[in-house]
Amino acid sequence: MTTSTVTTPNTKPKNNVLLNVILSIIVVALNVLMHTGIFIFLRDSEMNPIIHAILAILWGVGGIYLIYWSLNWAVERYSDLWRRRIQPYLFVGPAFLLLSWLLLIPTLRTLYMSFLDESSSKFVGLANYAAIFTNRLLLTALRNNLLWVLFGATACIVLGLLIAVLADRSSFERIAKAIIFLPMAISFVAAGVIWKFIYYYQPGNEQVGLLNAIVVAFGGEPQAWTSMMQPWNNLFLIAILIWMQTGFAMVIFSAALKGVPEDLLEAARMDGAGEFTIFFKIITPFISTTILSVTTTIIVFTLKIFDVVMIMTGGQYDTEVVATQFYRQFFMYRNFGYGSTLAIVLLIAVIPVIVFNLRQMRKQGGF
Amino acid sequence: MRRRKGRARSKTVVNVVLAFICLIWLIPTFGLFVSSFRPATEILKTGWWTVFPHKENVTKDTIQLPKETDLRQPIEVKGKAYSDAELKSGVKASDGSFLIWENRRGRTINVQQSGWTMNTSFTTENYKGVLTGKQYQITDTDGSVKTKKGSGLSRAFLNTVTVSIPATIIPILIATFAAYAFAWLKFPLRKTMFVIVIMLLVVPLQVAMIPVLRDYTALGLNGTFLGVWIAHAGFGLPLATYFMYSYISQLPKDLFESAFMDGASNFTIFTKLILPLAVPSIASISIFQFLWVWNDYLVSLVFIGNQPGVQVLSMKIADMVGTRGNDWHLLTAAAFVSMLMPLAVFFGLQKYFVRGLLGGSVKG
Repeated sequence: MTTSTVTTPNTKPKNNVLLNVILSIIVVALNVLMHTGIFIFLRDSEMNPIIHAILAILWGVGGIYLIYWSLNWAVERYSDLWRRRIQPYLFVGPAFLLLSWLLLIPTLRTLYMSFLDESSSKFVGLANYAAIFTNRLLLTALRNNLLWVLFGATACIVLGLLIAVLADRSSFERIAKAIIFLPMAISFVAAGVIWKFIYYYQPGNEQVGLLNAIVVAFGGEPQAWTSMMQPWNNLFLIAILIWMQTGFAMVIFSAALKGVPEDLLEAARMDGAGEFTIFFKIITPFISTTILSVTTTIIVFTLKIFDVVMIMTGGQYDTEVVATQFYRQFFMYRNFGYGSTLAIVLLIAVIPVIVFNLRQMRKQGGF
Repeated sequence: MRRRKGRARSKTVVNVVLAFICLIWLIPTFGLFVSSFRPATEILKTGWWTVFPHKENVTKDTIQLPKETDLRQPIEVKGKAYSDAELKSGVKASDGSFLIWENRRGRTINVQQSGWTMNTSFTTENYKGVLTGKQYQITDTDGSVKTKKGSGLSRAFLNTVTVSIPATIIPILIATFAAYAFAWLKFPLRKTMFVIVIMLLVVPLQVAMIPVLRDYTALGLNGTFLGVWIAHAGFGLPLATYFMYSYISQLPKDLFESAFMDGASNFTIFTKLILPLAVPSIASISIFQFLWVWNDYLVSLVFIGNQPGVQVLSMKIADMVGTRGNDWHLLTAAAFVSMLMPLAVFFGLQKYFVRGLLGGSVKG
């Protein structure tokens, strides 16, 4: 990989190793001191918000580069051999430390906490897991997540594929794709506001919510959509996910469709195959890997759904999902046992995807 | 010949169906956009679609009945008698006009005629209201003037910028350094570390939140910009590393060999060679991460909590949905303010945006 055999011309004279180690420690200490100092100064200062924002951004962006630069400066003092040994860890180290602190170790700690009681003081074995499958609130969350995956993910994929195929044959492909893709850019919170307004219900005949206005125009009764007909009110929340995520599936399918060889399609048409036959017999098998990976991505995304439910109903009217129930258990009921168990349930749900990812990696070579 | 005709017709069908789907997709955002410019009093009275020409009963005339008219008796208007209830909900007169009480106590009746009309009263007051947080006045439906407090979104906007820029650059820089090492340097544990990165790609944030929050509380990082940067950096790192790795590992080997020959160190190669070469990839993943952070609600909610000076847009808007659920003039304007940046990025940098998403997920 690296050219270890090539001797670098500017080999430095072998310095005192002890001196280098001390120098490295000083560099690390200086970094820690300086950034802690800036952090405390910015946190406690009462300056103009705009200046504060500018200083914070400059510090954040400049600081991270400075850390790498100064540490590298210290590493460059070492002899060639040691430098070659240490430098890779300087490059991967920060990433790995951060990942360990924020994802890897917390996952293990959460797993451990899921075996403890609500205040994390007593070992309760699998009691929390048993509760997940018996407690009505938690069961509702599980059921709703299933609804989300079943209806939301399926609709995203089917619609995404349909629109990709249509766009491919239409005369305004670019504009159509941009329009469908647009909701991907905005936040779930903003989308929540948009759709809350569409579902808005007020007593009386004058409806300003689009859906109720349409219903009234066709002679129906206006409804409070997100609170009626449980559990089917979930579908109105799922519609938001479909509106936002179909664009994602569409863009990826669209790219995959471009890879289907044109002469293959032409040959099938010559043989008199209809468009539907071509779609199911040629196109679908050709892009099956893409369909699989888009499906897994959207399922993972759907499993973690949180913002939509939080904004639209706050989990009321039986719309709670695992992620919102997790938040509620943790921040409102202070039940750390249930909270961590719900998080672990989410983790277990995505394990097949992790395995799938690793297998794909191995297939692509590299690792 | 017949086949070509058939195909031309099927193309028309495709275009019509697709246009219809596009219309459905566009209407929600468009409705929000229009509503955000409508006066507070109008929003709850008429739907936003009334800004388009439509048929509606328009008041052409008012009739003043004698003040002593008995409402319990049939009421005579223009030579015909109607009941009070009929006039309450409106009734069609014989000449095609529509009669309805304007003021029941004052005994005035509106004579309305069906005709084409459009609602064209627009205002920027809503935006002033949400941005400044100053007191502002609105005239309510019943004519009373209310003083309401705006929500001060400009500060939240500033905070969101302060969170988003470092929370994008920090993880991408860290990830690019790591990706370079994974791709081109040899060191023990390289494989293990990379497998861990891949495994962490889809781990739900919820799994990490509780322990990290505890560490944050212990370190005093809760409710600080640094805390949110680190959180976003950590959670965005697996994808960014993987994304940058898939690009950097594809670079030709000779590139590095010749640089090494010239005596460049790894750090110089990284800053002078890799970073400039990887600009398109960095742009793609940066946009992805930037929008992710900008749109994020959960991470801010957990790690900022209710620290007043650090609130970001998504939290403010979620808060408004909870506390002023019917103030649609404010909610629509606020939601649109939060969408400004994503929409600008979307329209300005669409190519990179799409590429970031494609590379980020299809390979995963």
